[in-house]
Amino acid sequence: MSAATLFGLCGAGLVGLGLYGLVVSPAPLRKILSFNLLGGGVFLLFGVVARRGAAAGLGGDPVPQALTITGIVVAFSATALAVALALRLFDATRRPDERADEPSADGGS
Amino acid sequence: MTPDLAIDIGLAVLVLGVAAWTTVVRESFAAVVGFVTYGLLLALAWVRLHAVDVALTEAAIGGGVTGALLLAAAARLGPAEDRTPGDRPGAAPRLLAAVLCALVSAGLGAIVLLPPDPAPTLAPAAVASLPKTGLGNPVTAVLLAYRAWDTFLEKAVLVLALLGVWSLAPDALWGGRPGPAYRAQRDGALALLARVLPPAGIVMGVYMLWTGADEPGGAFPAGTILAAMWILVMRAGLADAPAVGRRSLRVALVAGAVVFLAVGLSGLATAGAFLAYPVRFAKPLIVLIEAPLTFSIAVTLGLLAAGPPERGLPR
Repeated sequence: MSAATLFGLCGAGLVGLGLYGLVVSPAPLRKILSFNLLGGGVFLLFGVVARRGAAAGLGGDPVPQALTITGIVVAFSATALAVALALRLFDATRRPDERADEPSADGGS
Repeated sequence: MTPDLAIDIGLAVLVLGVAAWTTVVRESFAAVVGFVTYGLLLALAWVRLHAVDVALTEAAIGGGVTGALLLAAAARLGPAEDRTPGDRPGAAPRLLAAVLCALVSAGLGAIVLLPPDPAPTLAPAAVASLPKTGLGNPVTAVLLAYRAWDTFLEKAVLVLALLGVWSLAPDALWGGRPGPAYRAQRDGALALLARVLPPAGIVMGVYMLWTGADEPGGAFPAGTILAAMWILVMRAGLADAPAVGRRSLRVALVAGAVVFLAVGLSGLATAGAFLAYPVRFAKPLIVLIEAPLTFSIAVTLGLLAAGPPERGLPR
């Protein structure tokens, strides 16, 4: 079995795992994490397509590789927006008694 | 079994195992740590697929900046989410979801196992036009010459996402400083790393930008490394995040896109098409675009990780 096929199957498994987490996790942060797992799997499938297209002395087709780089950066910006929405939702909907024991964000994480 | 294949199998099993653990682990904080590990392992998988440019981007973003963003979110959301996990579906719906997701995986796996032959590829075309761009790295050529339009729009998407994050600020805090105030630490690992790493990280980012023309690297990994250094300094409390209303900050955010657009429009006059470069000046123009683009990407990613304004303007 070639490395491309192996990581292709790995990517297919990651898509299924991410999808499962996205469907069954009720917490927004876990949904965001699962969505990123799914995204990583999709990107890996792109990488397999690129590796199969190795030609002209290159280790892979540069077009899907470049698309993946674009995709990773856009996925990060979407994740940042989703995290900001989740934090805002949390601030807007939590009960007053939950505010007291909020962990201090001071001192870094 | 060859040693290469053994390494690949081990890596694939590890990636799947960490992903599964991230999905099922109870604590949100542990899940985020799992996700960062997943990003770094995935970067190794990219190296094994001969895509070093993607590996650099995945390691810097998937393992680095996304990790910083999610760890901060887990510190604020995690305890509440762990305490009241919400309405987790029952066993039967979970089983149904698992079966359906396994079917999706099986379908994708079948596509992987039954690929088109010969595999479609644009590699020869990408290499054939490479001399015209003056570049040696075909991935950079795709990003900044052949498909420059995609890259330009991507920069626009980054700024739009940042506007989306900022728009979540309450009205009174609009234009204020993003995120919580991090107290400066006198000692400890974070304070030490935030002093020791940035000089090396900045040199590495600039080097990666410069070498990206011919070797793996380029504007995106370079910008991400610079952003990671900035986030580190902000989290350690050594420098406060800038107020988002500052004009100089706004200029820094759009500088990359503005230069990109200006060079693209000048292509109408000099090369006959939007985002086309005259052959003799292709490489200098690409470097001219990449430098401010890297800077703007770094500022945008750093601010995306910092979040919406949470503190008012200094009076």
